[in-house]
Amino acid sequence: MNDSRDEILAKIRTSRSGPYVVRNELGTIEDRLKNHPRNVVPARGDGLPEEQITKFKAEAELVNATVTRVSSNIDIPKEIAKYLADNNLPSRIKHAPSLEHLDWSTTLMEVCHGIGEATDEVCVTTAYAGVAETGTIVTYSDQQNPTTLNFLPPVHIAVLNAVDITGSYEDVWTKLRADLGSKDQSVNFIPRTVNMITGPSRTGDIQQTLLLGIHGPQRLHIVIVDEKTP
Amino acid sequence: MEMKTTTFKENARTAIADETLQIELDRLSFGFPEKRKKAVDRMPEFEQLREQARDIKNHVLANLDLYLENYEDRVEKHGGQVHWCRDAKAAREQILKICKAADAKTVTKSKSMIGEEIFINDFLAKNGIEPIETDLGEYIIQLRGEPPSHIIAPAIHVSKAQVEDAFRRVHTDLPADRNLEDPAALLQEARGQLRNKFLQADVGLTGANMLVAETGSNVLVTNEGNADLTYALPRVHIVIASIEKIVPTLEDASTILRVLARSATGQDMSVYTTFCTGPKRFEDPDGPEEYHVILLDNGRTDLLGSEFEEILRCIRCSACLNHCPIYKAIGGHAYGWVYPGPMGAVLTPGLIGMEDASDLPNASTLCGKCESVCPMGIPLPKLLRSWRTRHFEAKPTRSLGQITLKFWAWLAKRPKLYHKVNGLIIATLGALGRRKGRIKWIPFASGWTSKRDFPAPMGNTFIQQYHKGARGDTSGRRLREVKK
Ligand code: SF4
Repeated sequence: MNDSRDEILAKIRTSRSGPYVVRNELGTIEDRLKNHPRNVVPARGDGLPEEQITKFKAEAELVNATVTRVSSNIDIPKEIAKYLADNNLPSRIKHAPSLEHLDWSTTLMEVCHGIGEATDEVCVTTAYAGVAETGTIVTYSDQQNPTTLNFLPPVHIAVLNAVDITGSYEDVWTKLRADLGSKDQSVNFIPRTVNMITGPSRTGDIQQTLLLGIHGPQRLHIVIVDEKTP
Repeated sequence: MEMKTTTFKENARTAIADETLQIELDRLSFGFPEKRKKAVDRMPEFEQLREQARDIKNHVLANLDLYLENYEDRVEKHGGQVHWCRDAKAAREQILKICKAADAKTVTKSKSMIGEEIFINDFLAKNGIEPIETDLGEYIIQLRGEPPSHIIAPAIHVSKAQVEDAFRRVHTDLPADRNLEDPAALLQEARGQLRNKFLQADVGLTGANMLVAETGSNVLVTNEGNADLTYALPRVHIVIASIEKIVPTLEDASTILRVLARSATGQDMSVYTTFCTGPKRFEDPDGPEEYHVILLDNGRTDLLGSEFEEILRCIRCSACLNHCPIYKAIGGHAYGWVYPGPMGAVLTPGLIGMEDASDLPNASTLCGKCESVCPMGIPLPKLLRSWRTRHFEAKPTRSLGQITLKFWAWLAKRPKLYHKVNGLIIATLGALGRRKGRIKWIPFASGWTSKRDFPAPMGNTFIQQYHKGARGDTSGRRLREVKK
């Protein structure tokens, strides 16, 4: 195996020795990896926080997600119960451990938490950030946020703090590096899985017709909360 | 998959005569290109993004060895393993080894062109491991025993009725009288069938849209969410990727993502974009325990530094296929190997050799549409021409085409004779189609006339008309009058 590695690298190096290959025109490799400069970031996601929330909502709705907004944490369980009732969906939910602090007893929903399983019908997770540019939510895996919960159940409800809505994907990387990176470990900030989710699952594989909910959730409902959850 | 590149002309003829295929290809002509245009129009910075995406990839190719080493280092720091493979055989064997060590019975797979390139499905099946395609389109063609015909919509050639047939034939556990009229019913059935496979699989095999050197992550882009169930549920996650998939940083990946979905399906962003880095962490409640990357060369290092290096910028978005008049006429299977359309016509001879793929670079009208939509600025027509030149120079015997060209060159050097012969041909063709303005059949050219009519000339050549009506007056006005 090591032979293959050396052979491949040697072949690349031989091909790179030609006079026309400019090796470092975008800065040195080390600088680029360490400083990760931004390229052009579209203006679309720019704006004051309130404008970004409006944009986020509009973009998310364009890709078949639904979005509501509540003012405080107390309202989240009620809003979810209402959404499920309004849409004739089962009132049994599984939420991510990250949402355990909410008072779920204020509704009649059957509530449990854990990782995603085949029998789950509705899951509720925390979104780490929202991206106004495309109405995308971002989640990442850790003890509190199992990845499988975002994908297995047919209905996905994501709780997103209004303050976590940013303009661009680049803003999310900046936030992630600040939140999870430590000085000596600048490369190790990245969680095992980072998921960007833009609307519910879809396919065009049958007759090039758009159909929702093939493997991931058929519905994505985003609850924006004005009060920051602890 | 059997290689059928050498019978390209025959494949193309069959494809043009296939009515079901033609209906689906017609649908394609109106779908993707229109959506792409709308998405591009909605992004004022698109041209800038495109230029930067191109520059990023050029920078990576110029420094590929350094970035690969950095990438490998990051994967290992996160507890993953990188397996370097020179060719398809080495990659297949490495994958089998990992699967055997995991005692795998079934392997779920999310769509991967590299998986197609190394024919991993056949190989796993021969070794007693069941590969299960989970992308709906791939699943459909796996049931039908076919290769993909498009790089992002693999079952684009299959009609709804054919999907229904395949499902009825294979899903025998379901009631025979079930109604599958509605496409949504087909969708539900596929979802149900694949659900258990996801949960039972021992190994999940995914491709990678990109590999990020900064973090050691692989990027997965899907609309269905199948890739996410493929890596998140089984105990082992194997990524198969070719060496040129590297990008430096998360910021660079973001720039390429912005041009990828828009060029592919006309979405601003695909539904699921995932960054996977190593196996699950100690405190994670779910995720794979092992993480392997198969890093494949398979001919790429031969393209580096050659006149075809630019094709290594390709991000497999499919825009060049969707806009190609040849692809839209014959579909993907006619190209005879894994990669169809303009990008395939350039890449295939580079990977399997000119001898076996010499017809592919000719499958282009050089109309330039592919280059104008390629988000990575790849000069596809130029590269196609380079292959043509190479092929022409390498040709051992004289073909009919070469002899005809020689004769034409001889004729063109004798203007008087040339105009006489030309006049004769035009007069004959004109007489043949005078009444309808079209010609339905021309001797020795039935390849053209069996599928479309040939417009009949008016009976005179331009030079003849010029001499008759505009002698001595070369002004545009007079010429226009003559034309009327
Ligand atoms: S050659 Fe360009 S347009 Fe074609 S698939 Fe590759 S990146 Fe897309």
